[in-house]
Amino acid sequence: MSEPVLATQNLVKSFGALKATDDVSIDLRLGEIHAVIGPNGAGKSTLISQISGGLRPDAGRVFLDGRDVSHLGTEARARAGLGRTFQISALCMEDSVLENAVLGAMGAEGAAWRFWRAALKTGALVERAEEALERVGLADERETRCANLSHGQRRQLEVAVALTLAPKAFVMDEPMAGLGAGGSKRLTGFLDGLREQAPILLVEHDMDAVFALADRISVLVYGKVIATGTTDEIRASREVREAYLGEDA
Amino acid sequence: MRLDERYINAVMIAGLLALPLYALAVDEPFTITLVTRAVILALAAVGLNIILGIGGMVSFGHAAFFGLGGYAMGILAYHAQTYTALDLGFISFEGTKSMPLIWLVAMVVSAIAALFIGVLSLRTSGVYFIMITLAFGQMFYYFAISWAQYGGEDGLSIYIRNDFPGLNTLEPIQFFGICFVILCAVLLLKARLQASPFGLALNAARQSAARVQTVGMSPMRLRLLAFVLSGAITGLAGALYADLNRFVSPAMFSWQLSGELIVLIIIGGVGRLMGPVIGACIFVALEHFLGGLTEFWHIYLGLILLGIVLFGRGGLLGYLTGKEGAHV
Repeated sequence: MSEPVLATQNLVKSFGALKATDDVSIDLRLGEIHAVIGPNGAGKSTLISQISGGLRPDAGRVFLDGRDVSHLGTEARARAGLGRTFQISALCMEDSVLENAVLGAMGAEGAAWRFWRAALKTGALVERAEEALERVGLADERETRCANLSHGQRRQLEVAVALTLAPKAFVMDEPMAGLGAGGSKRLTGFLDGLREQAPILLVEHDMDAVFALADRISVLVYGKVIATGTTDEIRASREVREAYLGEDA
Repeated sequence: MRLDERYINAVMIAGLLALPLYALAVDEPFTITLVTRAVILALAAVGLNIILGIGGMVSFGHAAFFGLGGYAMGILAYHAQTYTALDLGFISFEGTKSMPLIWLVAMVVSAIAALFIGVLSLRTSGVYFIMITLAFGQMFYYFAISWAQYGGEDGLSIYIRNDFPGLNTLEPIQFFGICFVILCAVLLLKARLQASPFGLALNAARQSAARVQTVGMSPMRLRLLAFVLSGAITGLAGALYADLNRFVSPAMFSWQLSGELIVLIIIGGVGRLMGPVIGACIFVALEHFLGGLTEFWHIYLGLILLGIVLFGRGGLLGYLTGKEGAHV
């Protein structure tokens, strides 16, 4: 096994008496999709926030590409190569699709401190943005205002912005949320190919997508990882069935 | 009505230039002074519009920078006209009457103050940001009132307008020319800035700070730089305003002035290039024509503002172009 691209080591986070993250150590290896599943309130979002830098853990560390990034904030982790997408689209709704993607390209190229030349006339930025839009199938919508996009297109744009960063690892918070069956299938197909570019830590409720995509699955219950394994192992695990899959299995 | 915004902008600029030239031809120097006043207020509001319009930061204390610019001019010119030494501790000199130098000092002082105020106030947002900027503005106001050395409540009179190389600044049209060129230069700067990567990022930080962070940029730093830039421009306007009146007083620091700058922008159109210019022209026109009829002319200004806020949130420019402002 290769060195993990992204890893957490004994993360702990409590809110008062509630242990939202309880000694979580998971890793993400090159070329894989590692899904984190768990019932509502299992602490998935809290975990994601600690990985992406929005929330400080009480204890434990986060490693990106072998480097300890625990002390870094969200911006620095993004620059270090973490590409994150949001469960609820956090896009610039007044801006065009292209502008949203160019913003990502600016982040990737460290171009925020340029004051004279128009962003949309800067070839390098626009090319990078358009390439990402092309890949998620939004090239024809480049002039559309983000607010006028369908829900599914916004999900695609979320992914496109993460793509412009050319990250070392993706962290995706429920990318399928709110997508219909068709949209979900299309995005599943796209993510399937994306793992070659950078591994994906995928938090997802859509079990069809998870079992179709994941190389490994970790199951989070009450802040604790109760099992990590291949899809078959997780399907077969009794503990998991009892704790989580119980009702549908 | 659906007019191209660029067309309106060009007409505005042309009108702003034509009116004083006409006044010059028919020998109405007061009209020139009036337009100059509008140009300077517009400049101050363009400064505010960088943070208000692009960055979404409602600073209710921009009079602080306007006043600092004014006092930078007042203090430098006061020492020059009285031949007294201005002792800054590490350096002592007899002030200056040179406009470019005064502008530089006004902008640097305002920028430093904006850096300080920005670092503290940008930790907050929304109504807290409004209140904290107001509080800073008031601090400067009361400081100026109690600063007896420079006139305290009465302010400072400067007898002769400061000098600009090669021009006779006492000629209203020449002083207007200076202000007009500066306004045009700052408008160009603002237009470029808004379209630049920095402007895109600042605008994005207003809409979704989380997004900006996720692509590796710091919303706080973007906002702080915008705040400093904005303060410097408003400070420059303050120096010009003081030179127009040949007088500085604590009123330049007043919260009413901060409020008026916001009102100018809302009337013209938030975030729009020429919004503050249109707003300033309307403001000065109302002040002049209605102010002559009634002391309570602000009521009419209030009615206009009310109408715009209720019916056309894109301001007058939003109404004329048929496009509502992207935001308010």
